[in-house]
Amino acid sequence: MHKCERCASPATVHITEILSEGKFEEHHICEPCYPKYVHDAQNKGDGKPLGTGSPELEEALLGQQECPSCGLKFVDFRNKHRLGCPNDYQVFQTDLRPLLENIHGETRHVGKTPRRLPKIKKEEARLAECRQKLKRAIEREDYEEAAHLRDQIKTLEEA
Amino acid sequence: MILDNLTSTSGEWLRANGPEADIVISSRIRLARNLSTYPFTNRASAHQKAEIEAKLRGYIEKLDFNPRLEYLNLSTVVPLDRQLLVERQLISRELANSEGPRGVGVAPNEIISIMVNEEDHIRLQVIRSGFALDDAWQDADQLDDKLEERAPYAFSEEFGYLTACPTNVGTGLRASVMLHLPALVLSKHIEKVFRALQKINLAVRGLYGEGSRASGDFYQISNQVTLGKSETQIISEIRDVIPQIITYERQARQDMLRDNRHAILDRCSRAFGTLKSASMMTSEETMDLLSWVRLGVNLGLVDQITIGELNELFIHTQPAHLQKVLGKQLDSEERNSERSRFLRARLREIENQMN
Repeated sequence: MHKCERCASPATVHITEILSEGKFEEHHICEPCYPKYVHDAQNKGDGKPLGTGSPELEEALLGQQECPSCGLKFVDFRNKHRLGCPNDYQVFQTDLRPLLENIHGETRHVGKTPRRLPKIKKEEARLAECRQKLKRAIEREDYEEAAHLRDQIKTLEEA
Repeated sequence: MILDNLTSTSGEWLRANGPEADIVISSRIRLARNLSTYPFTNRASAHQKAEIEAKLRGYIEKLDFNPRLEYLNLSTVVPLDRQLLVERQLISRELANSEGPRGVGVAPNEIISIMVNEEDHIRLQVIRSGFALDDAWQDADQLDDKLEERAPYAFSEEFGYLTACPTNVGTGLRASVMLHLPALVLSKHIEKVFRALQKINLAVRGLYGEGSRASGDFYQISNQVTLGKSETQIISEIRDVIPQIITYERQARQDMLRDNRHAILDRCSRAFGTLKSASMMTSEETMDLLSWVRLGVNLGLVDQITIGELNELFIHTQPAHLQKVLGKQLDSEERNSERSRFLRARLREIENQMN
């Protein structure tokens, strides 16, 4: 179920905007917000998607969330059909799940897993534990312990 | 160096020594993998691509696997040689035509290739002669494990192996089988087969993969779904449907023999005759005639050539192969003349061996 991209109530209107040949944009909007959407869409005129003048508002309107690792926006993916980095699967998981459902009929992997996954997971758990200990050490101003933990974290991260 | 030998050898998978090799040319397994610490190839900077290439090159060269892979740095390989590798099915057309740091590790017998910096950082493929998906999977699985000992893969427990395009995510597995289906094409039953395959989510493509047309009556059947099914499930879905197609093709061949034996014999003999004597030959006509001869051999109507030798001719008459043998660029008319010269010489050689 999509949320309205303008007010976060359940979206009941689903629009596919054809920007140019092969380029599409999807919009999900609730009925109360729909008239305003149409008004904005008619006023854009210059071919740019929904210009409002305010970058923050635009970002919210278009779901233009950016991946902190690679800078990809979901619109970029819609246009190029390629993701930018492994982290995108995490960042855009809510948008990707319906798409994966469409392509594969499923959204969960059931095949092979890398052999060293258990090891990686163990290391990640240790890393998380050390970071928590570090936070607590700093809170109680135990700087000797904190320095020790910082070194441990560094070694773990490098591994 | 492998590039200098390609025109005088042929890949092991072309030799028609695998199961059902009269109809199934080859079975192929492809795995898509990415390194967890870099952007996907399309978003990686030139510097990052160079780093990825250097790392993977090291891993591939040190890979403890028999046969050992030879690594080619594709940014220093000339376009003609890259085209040669495409015709050999060792690299994709996309990798050949792209730019920047990229490469491929190739086994001398051409059964294995590992592409670097294709759409995904790693595209590993294993090709076997005939209907042998399980053997191909076993090799691919093992190679994947060995590579993973060094290369930290991008993997999520929810989505599996993470790929640049969500159509490959999950197992990253594409299993495909290349079939020669001349009788189903002639009897026009092929469309029915396609529709049935599409219904069960299998894709049908031509000889050179995505977007290529089915010349020479060759068809590649592969899975589309990569997520939510295990590798063995995906492979068994294809493995289970292929015997039915083989049966249809065999049946169509028998019907043809029963109803039109003389006409078929005539078409096969004329095809063979043209290949042995023409002095201009397009790639398209060559594929068409070779397909007829291949059918003739399988029906017992032509006996002067083997299926393995024919398979090789399909590949060795492609443009880059012809130009590599001559050592120079040829325009299309020159190629057509050279192709017919090559065919005449090779067929005479085969005939002499038989006598």
